[in-house]
Amino acid sequence: MDELRNDVRNEPRDDLVVRTDGLTKRYSDRLAVDGVGMTVRRGEVYGFLGPNGAGKTTTLRMVLGLVRPTAGTATVVGRPAGAADVTARVGALIEGPGFFPYLSGRDNLRALARYRRLGDEEVERVLDLVDLTGRADDRFKGYSLGMKQRLGVAAALLGSPELIVLDEPTNGLDPAGMADMRALVVSLARGGQTVLLSSHLLAEVQEICDRVGVIDQGRLLRESTVAELRGGVTLRVRAEPEDAAIAVAMRLAGDDGVRREKDGSLDLDLAADAAPELARALVAAGLDVHEISARERSLEEVFFEMTGDQHTTKEKVS
Amino acid sequence: MNATTNGTTNGTTNGTMNGTMNGTLGGIVDSTRAELMRLRKWPAVWIVVGAWLALSLMFGYLFDYLAYRSGDSGFSNEGETKAQLLAGLLPPAVPDVMVQGLPMFGGALVMVLGALAAGNGFAWGTWKTVFTQGKPRTSVTIGSLLAVSAFVVLVMLVSTVLCLGCSSLIAATEGHSLTMPGLGDVARSFGGGLLVLEMWALLGFAAGVLAKGPALAVGLGLVWLLVVENLLRGVGSLLSVVDAITHVLPGTAAGSLVGALVGKAGGAPGVLVDISGGRALVTVVAYVVALVGLTLVVVRRRDVA
Repeated sequence: MDELRNDVRNEPRDDLVVRTDGLTKRYSDRLAVDGVGMTVRRGEVYGFLGPNGAGKTTTLRMVLGLVRPTAGTATVVGRPAGAADVTARVGALIEGPGFFPYLSGRDNLRALARYRRLGDEEVERVLDLVDLTGRADDRFKGYSLGMKQRLGVAAALLGSPELIVLDEPTNGLDPAGMADMRALVVSLARGGQTVLLSSHLLAEVQEICDRVGVIDQGRLLRESTVAELRGGVTLRVRAEPEDAAIAVAMRLAGDDGVRREKDGSLDLDLAADAAPELARALVAAGLDVHEISARERSLEEVFFEMTGDQHTTKEKVS
Repeated sequence: MNATTNGTTNGTTNGTMNGTMNGTLGGIVDSTRAELMRLRKWPAVWIVVGAWLALSLMFGYLFDYLAYRSGDSGFSNEGETKAQLLAGLLPPAVPDVMVQGLPMFGGALVMVLGALAAGNGFAWGTWKTVFTQGKPRTSVTIGSLLAVSAFVVLVMLVSTVLCLGCSSLIAATEGHSLTMPGLGDVARSFGGGLLVLEMWALLGFAAGVLAKGPALAVGLGLVWLLVVENLLRGVGSLLSVVDAITHVLPGTAAGSLVGALVGKAGGAPGVLVDISGGRALVTVVAYVVALVGLTLVVVRRRDVA
């Protein structure tokens, strides 16, 4: 954690759109967020990952100034989080869209546009971006969950803010809608906007995010690029007898470099070019080698390992 | 979704806009415009406004006029002669008629309006949305209060016009000369009635903010306004301490202010002469100021989920 904070201090300030330092929120006896130091760089898509109740939404609320931190600071576009001149440069969809149910989607956006002094043409632009123009005159209360979500994203895009905070933006969207949302997020970043999004859909985050932060039980466990987090290519081995295979694998990859999959195969922290050496060692030890393959760990696997989730398929062998 | 955006346009635009658009006054104007737009399109608002106007006309004119025409004594003024009953329906009586229902029924309805306007923002999550639109919470809240207040003014205006219209119609129907009330009297009643309604609307708004929802705010507010204060005044006739307390309660202040305007207690529920008109005016104004302050402090300090 200290290492992470030192990294944060070394970032050029202009490059950081969001910077939190020791951000903490306590609700009576429950520590919801515990000293989070997070950095979001200009123009990137930052994925904020964590299991339910990990503190993602509370952190995002503090970044938006909706919730006061118990301790620590949050700086957004170089100013204290929540200041009016900050929220004017930020668009957000936090924990589900909050709109007036009796108004149409279009009128809801018009009302919000008035707060930002934006004209109707901006409302039409964002409606078009989320493909909601055709249903824009329907009342919000009649919208499906996916349409409500699209309207929430449209509201976050009003005025083309520098930073767009999206909390679970694909909730309720069908597969096509999710694909559209991914494309939209990528295009926003290409257009120079910074996107901070939280999502449970790790494959989606892996696909569109430049960097990720993983939070669990209120603490930021890791913040890095997706590639760094996934750790590059590893070797997968399936050989028998298993105990002997583990011994050979540990000799080459080290005690901490071998993980056993539930199907009996081994995952080794070895580069792909170590495969011939591994094959020779296994054969020399008289083992039956069924498979040696190079593989890349998915973000989901890394996430489960980091958060100790019961769904992980791996166990350490050392 | 159309994945073409114009994200690069925002940097300088926002930078130059911020200085002018985020000033407190500008923020209040923008917030008021937004709130007025959403309130005027809310059917619940018009139901509340319509309910008050219908009640006002029914109890102010319709029933008394039917009683007058049928030869019975007045609906709410038992024992009055037909001539007295008719006098109360003619234009010169408008300054009294337009305010007599305000302390209780009008107050109850605008309190519901205030509680709905503020409380539903929490229930629907719309406070969360508008607090991230580039305006200070104080400006947004003042904008919302001003928008609700605009509807209170509208209620008083329409109510006054309808009272003048109904009384003129009755005067014409009954062959009386069309003598209008003094402008000063109408203005005095309009101002007093506006203060009373504003106090109750702000009380509803504050209750909606404190309760973080409309249901509890409306429920407790109505019980307080329609039941608790009346009970306390009853107990006050037995216990001087309670009596002294009732003199600073909003219902007593509102009722006494209207009582001072019409020059008598009774006639309509909630109209009192428990405290002087001057003291009632000061108390109502104090409530208006205190409720605005309380609302702003709570909204500014509170976490919004």
